[in-house]
Amino acid sequence: MSIDTGTSKGKTADRREFVSKLLGALPDALVVTGLGSASYDVFAAGDRDKNYYLWGAMGGSTSLALGLALAQPDKSVVVITGDGEQLMGIGSLATIAAKQPRNLTIVVLDNGHFGETGMQRSHTSLGTDLVSVAKGFGIANAFAVESIDRCGDIADQAAARKATTFVRVCIEASEPPRALPPRDGAHVKNRFRSALGFDPF
Amino acid sequence: MKNRDGGISNLYFVKPAIRFYDFYITASPAHADWIAMDHRPTTAPAWQQDIFKVLKEGNVRQIAYVPDAGHSHVIRSAIADPDIEDIVLTTEEEGVAVVSGAWLGGQRAVLLMQSSGVGNCVNMFSLLSSANFPFFTLVTMRGEYADFNPWQGPMGRATQGALELMGITVLRASDPDQVEEIVRAGFDAAFEAGDRVAVLLGQNLIGRKKWERK
Repeated sequence: MSIDTGTSKGKTADRREFVSKLLGALPDALVVTGLGSASYDVFAAGDRDKNYYLWGAMGGSTSLALGLALAQPDKSVVVITGDGEQLMGIGSLATIAAKQPRNLTIVVLDNGHFGETGMQRSHTSLGTDLVSVAKGFGIANAFAVESIDRCGDIADQAAARKATTFVRVCIEASEPPRALPPRDGAHVKNRFRSALGFDPF
Repeated sequence: MKNRDGGISNLYFVKPAIRFYDFYITASPAHADWIAMDHRPTTAPAWQQDIFKVLKEGNVRQIAYVPDAGHSHVIRSAIADPDIEDIVLTTEEEGVAVVSGAWLGGQRAVLLMQSSGVGNCVNMFSLLSSANFPFFTLVTMRGEYADFNPWQGPMGRATQGALELMGITVLRASDPDQVEEIVRAGFDAAFEAGDRVAVLLGQNLIGRKKWERK
């Protein structure tokens, strides 16, 4: 039995183009990435001090972004992650829904596959609909997009900071050239905090 | 921004005899009456009040937790405090990332859990050492003192070792009179020196759990 969720045959957005356009429209946003391809997409769009890249801690991107969003309520916080990373931390959507941080936008680049490990199918190729999951957890402003045409709209919502937002972006199961962000977590942490005006110890 | 319902309706936290993982065992329709009725304020043990005092004086702004009876006063106090975000987690590893995110955004945050939760956190602890995040967690112990439930034993016995294997300094408080000092020492090591610290709160602090109503 095969289930077509639209990720393999339906309309899709180019992941690099999408992330580049979205972040280009949000120059002041605080950005957290999941590990793997999503972090490469964000780095390829241009390294910024206000990017926090994960190289591990799989499942942690949305939770880390929650703590950040609560600490910085006057800034837009944007998570860019993939379906596999989001699935591992799926319960965090319930935790986020319980808090409803208005300044948090979660963007899941969903290709239905675990791209970093050899393109094995993920649950979103096998029946899981992340938008329904997010809504079920209590994130009312959850929707899917299939092209970069919606980038402006998503950027406007993120900048407005009116409601927790969850966006599933249908992308192709392709592997663009790797663009590796810095792996020194302490360096990335310190420059992120410095950009917000916080000193090291 | 506090949670939507103001946080006052969660009855699981007001009955000290109920611990999170035990709730599914002890709760049944026959118990629904006393779960619903017993929400009068109770005086928390002094050592639990001491813990909240340390956190409040230390300017903690976020408290993430999976509940336990030993944390009930701190959780109630966090919910009631307009300057502290209370964050209930579905699993403890979320909390490791939440408190790191809070630090990234300039705030101090702590994680509360029981010993079984430490096992859920192990890989997520790599975030702390990979990026040198300060970290402070309070862990109520199970499976070590007159515990009726043998399923709490394996993780209870491995809790300290698991934390230390992942590079976290472990302190322990078993005497109610020493809780404040030890918690303060661990807290300062985390947020003044940038260390990663867990304080284990001995199961004897909470005492024997009553499993049967008489």
